Parts: sequence; C-alpha cells; structure tokens
Amino acid sequence: MSKTLLLAKHEFLITTRRRAFIILTLAFPILALLGLLAAQAIPGMIKPAVEIEKIGYVDEVGIFNENISQGTIRLVSFGTEAEAKKALLDKDIKEYFIIAPDYISTGLIQRYTLKNEVEPGGATQTAIRNFLLGNLLKGNSTDIIERAKTPVNISSTTLTSTGEVAPQQGGFAALILPYVFSILLMMSIFFSSGYLLQGLVEEKESRVMEILLSSVSPQQLLAGKVIGLGAAGLAQIIVWLISANFLMRMASSNFGSIIGVLNVTPEFLILGIIYFILGYLFLAIIMAGVGSISPTAREGQQMSALFTIPVVIPIYFMALIMAHPENIVVRILTFIPITAPITVMVRLGLSEIPIWELAVSILILILSITGCFVMATKLFRTYLLMYGKRPNLNEIIRSFRNT
Amino acid sequence: MFSVEVQHILKAYGNRAVVNDLSFNVNQGEIFGLIGPNGAGKTTTIRMMMDIIKPDSGDIKIMGEKLTTSSKNEIGYLPEERGLYKKLSVIDSIIYFASLKGVDVQTSRERAEKLLKRAEMLPHKNKKIEELSRGMGQIIQLIVTIIHDPRLIILDEPFAGLDPVNTQLLKEIITELRNQGKAIIMSTHRMNDIEELSDRILMIDKGRMVLYGDLTSIKPKYRNNSVLVEYEGELGDIDGVTEKRVHNKATELMLDAKTTPQMLLGSLVRKGIAVNRFELSTPSLNEIFIKVVGEEHE
Repeated sequence: MSKTLLLAKHEFLITTRRRAFIILTLAFPILALLGLLAAQAIPGMIKPAVEIEKIGYVDEVGIFNENISQGTIRLVSFGTEAEAKKALLDKDIKEYFIIAPDYISTGLIQRYTLKNEVEPGGATQTAIRNFLLGNLLKGNSTDIIERAKTPVNISSTTLTSTGEVAPQQGGFAALILPYVFSILLMMSIFFSSGYLLQGLVEEKESRVMEILLSSVSPQQLLAGKVIGLGAAGLAQIIVWLISANFLMRMASSNFGSIIGVLNVTPEFLILGIIYFILGYLFLAIIMAGVGSISPTAREGQQMSALFTIPVVIPIYFMALIMAHPENIVVRILTFIPITAPITVMVRLGLSEIPIWELAVSILILILSITGCFVMATKLFRTYLLMYGKRPNLNEIIRSFRNT
Repeated sequence: MFSVEVQHILKAYGNRAVVNDLSFNVNQGEIFGLIGPNGAGKTTTIRMMMDIIKPDSGDIKIMGEKLTTSSKNEIGYLPEERGLYKKLSVIDSIIYFASLKGVDVQTSRERAEKLLKRAEMLPHKNKKIEELSRGMGQIIQLIVTIIHDPRLIILDEPFAGLDPVNTQLLKEIITELRNQGKAIIMSTHRMNDIEELSDRILMIDKGRMVLYGDLTSIKPKYRNNSVLVEYEGELGDIDGVTEKRVHNKATELMLDAKTTPQMLLGSLVRKGIAVNRFELSTPSLNEIFIKVVGEEHE
C-alpha cells in the first residue's frame, strides 16, 4: 500500500473512532427517528375536546341564524350586547362577538373575551369564519359552500422545451431535498475539514509531525490526510442518506403528500457527490494550510472561521436563489469556489443549470484546489515544525516565494 | 561509500544564515557526534539531511544518492521533539510507523516484540502511549526509530529525560547498532556521552564548522602542556612549572613552553619525590567545547 493510502487509512480509522464523530453521525438519524415517533404518538396522546364550547354573537345585520354548530363550538345568538356581556361574565359563554350593521361592506366584527391573548385560537377563527361563510352563501349547495371555504389547490407541472413533462419538477417539496442535502453537505464539509484542522494542530502540538515527515513527503502527508478525512466525511453522508431513505419510508404514512413528490434524479446525486468531493477538497486543503501556521488548536479554529463563514453565504442568498435562480449574483456564487457547492445544490432543486455554468464552476474549483494544494504543501514544509509562533502575512508570502 | 555526504550546505532565514557552508561525511559503522551550543544549527542540519527542510544551496547524499521519499526508509530518525499518538497502544504505534517505512505488519510485530523484550517493556505493549512514563515513552520512540532496521540512524538529544538505568540501556543499544555496521549520528549537549560513544565528532557554532575529526586526533591539539601527578613528599619549586592545581588526590602541574613532560619527570626524580602516577593531562571534550565555543563568541 502506498504511503499516501497508509496515511489515509490511519486518518480514516482515527477519525471514525472519535467519540464526537460517532455521536454526530448517529445523532441525525436518531433525532429524526425520535421526531417521527413523537409526530406519530402525540396526536394519539392529545384527546380531542369533547366538551361543547359556546361562543356568543349579536347579529345587527339580521341574516346570521344558521350553521350555529361548528364542530365542538356552538354559536349562541343574543339580542343585545348587554345580554351577551352578562352571559360572558357569568361564564355561560367563553367569548362573544358583534356583527355590526355595516359588516357586509367592512367585514369587521368586534370580539370580546376575558382572556388576554395575542390573537384568537385557530379553532375559534375557523368556527367563526365558517359560520359567517355558511350564512352568507345561504341557498347554495353544501358542495359550493365547502369549495368556497377552500377555493383553490394549485398543482403545477413543469414542461421541457419540447413539451414533455420535465423529470425535475418545482414546488416546495422539490426544494426540500436539495435544501436538506446542501445543509448536510455543508455540515459534512465543515466537520471533515474541521477534523483535519484539529488533527493537524494536535499532531503539531504533540510533536508527531516531525516523525511523520521523516517517513513521508509533505505532499504525501497532506494528500493522505485529505483523502482519509474526506472518506470519513463521505461515510458520514452515506449513513445520513441511507437513514434518510429509511426514515422517509417510515414517514410516508404521516407526510405522504410531501414525500411522494420528492424526486432524487441521478443528475442530482452525481452532482451532489462531485460537489461534496470538490467542496471538501477545497476547504480541507485551506484548513491544512491554516493548521500548519497555527501554533494552537484555538488559534487554528479562530483563523478557520475566515474561510468557513463564506461557505454559508449562499444560505443568506436563499430567498434570491429561490426567487431568481438565474440571477447574475446567483451565477457569480456558482463560480466562486468557496460558495459553489451550496449554491449549485440549491439551484439544482429549482431549475436546470446550464451545462456550461456547471463546467466552468467545476473547472474553477479544480484549478483552485490544485493551486491551494501547492501553496499548502509550501506552508507545510516551512511552518509545520515551527512551534509556538504564528507567522505574519509577509512571512507567509515570503515562504511561498522561497520554498 | 559514505553513509552521509554533506557538501557546502547553506540555509538562511531572511538575512540570517542558520547553517553556513557546512561539509562533512559519516562512515558506515561509526557513531558520529554532532555537537554545538544552542542555536548552532544542529537540528536544521539534521532536518535538511532528512529532507524535511530544503537547503538553499549545497548537496546532501545518503548512501551515495540524493534522498527520495522511498530512500527515507533507510533512515531512522529520533527527533529532539518527541511525539507519538497518545491514544494509540504501544504495539499499534510501532506497527503504524513501521508501515510508513515500508515494513509489513507481521515483520514489524515480530521485531517490535523482540525490541520490547530487549527493553523489558513487553508487558506494556497493549498500553496506550499516554499511560506510559516519560522514560518509557522515550524507549518506545527509540524502538519506532529502529523498527525498520535502518542503515543510518539519527538521534537528536537521545538521552534527554532518561534516568540512569534507561540511559545505560540506550547506550548499550546504540553500541550494538554501531557494531552491526550501522552509521549513527548523535546530537546531544551531554559531552561525556559523546566522548564515551563517538568515534568522530563535528562541532558547529553559528552554523559553521569549528571542529571535525576523530577525538584521538582532536584532543592532543587542545592539550595545555600540563601533567597530572600523584606523589609522596614535598614538591616545592620546580623549574619549568608555572602553576600547580590540586584536584582531589592528583596535582596538575602547568608547564612553560620550554619544559617537556620528560624534563619535569627528571626534575621530580632528582628531587627524590616518590611518583605514584604521572599522566599527560588531556582536556575533556567538555573543556574543548567550552574553550572553542568561548573563543568563537569572544
């Protein structure tokens, strides 16, 4: 086995045996499973209210006298506001409202309650709305009244330029997977590159580095670490994806309508893996450079924030990406190596990305990775064995020239 | 063929030359002492030999060839800054570092057990590194250094932090390795250890060579024309003796430039002094070190 692969195997085993890695890898499926079980159990635990609640009203228009039973809520008519108020104070009713004579033109009703609340409860609002609607549409069939309550359910179909039904359909459900996947991708990139930084600084602090460099070249050391930790990150994502698949099947009884339209295309999966690998390589190599110039783990983490924060920039542009996936700003984010992986993942869920854009984005990422690798190995050679002092920017630039 | 050939190497950081035009050779089957004061450039020289740092100019050959990643397998290196993976067991640590030197698991396990037994540490083979004492960790580090049976062994401050028992064990192992024909470069501040073990030395200061060669030829050059004498009777004034220094039982007699030890012995006999010991005083390496480095810094 080559020395690079030996280093990679060692890094993979060390990382996957870390307690933090195991907890994190298992935390997502376990928490999701618990959430799912809770979602199934809680409705069964909440007993529907069997007691009939009374809401009083004073009809000053004179047409609201039907549909007084709305589920567990019964609407009670009062002739005057004084009578309604007395009933409220006597706790015969829980609240009352007045339908003013100009209601037809204003839609305004005045509600009175003993509770101090932000807004009326959902059940109360629905009962009052349906009571008013039922009386306003008196004389129409029940079907029409029911349709008037929910007048529209839009179902969209995206067609291709040739008029075929597109394999990738839009909508909220279609956005879920890219969104969730981009979050997972981001987290896995962060954690894997974070382990690389942590491992490097630990090896620097524990002085193992010099022993390693007496056996391998800086390039082999860097490549071995990046491959080993990348494999650990990929393993983490695979565990999450497999458990997500399992959990989605379990959840289909609860959220079937949403999950039914989730569509994972092969293009999405292939591009997802490509961008995970490239995004991880780019950030991991930067982290290796940061690790080599950081005297302590704490300084390394502080410095690494300069590079991890830009990775999440596409999340701040989420609204723009969702509304205008082909906007120039979104395209620029697709080409910047540090923002490309997340931007592409989110865009993929919304629209097709032109092939030339993907090609340019991937090419820029590959070139950036190569350049960063050369610079990181120079930093490795110069600063990995320099303990206790962080070089300044001038010294770093000089080391690029001299090494 | 030399084990190590270093030709005119130079390494500078900014305007400061850390190693300046340094040349030396190391033979097979010898212990070569690399000495010098703190900051003299010893560790930088060693790191350049290991290709960890690149020299700005000059040439280094190991076993007659330029060092490559695969030829690093011929070298065992014990750095001054010790380090092992604290969470790994002793045996796993040794096997991992042996694998990086191209040794298969079975062979490295067998060799590790043999070496652990030699160091009386076999019962600790499954302990984590963090559970070992500092001295034990040092011994494991030495085993990691020689597990792949290298032809050249570089030891930077090998005795630092060791108790007398482990120091003796390490000396025995180093001597055994030399007797097996391996070239050993040893850098240390402990002059008596260098004097005891080394066949040849290189002393550097401020990155430059100040002494180079075998000790038997270096030492006479630093004699101060004095004689150690143990005697019975009264010395009194003796012609040619400029100063008397009393050391425990013996007295060191400093001679002027015209007086030879033979002339002094004649004078003592003529005065009827019973001489029990008469020895040409030879400076220790420590004294030579202080003298040479002191002169360099004046």
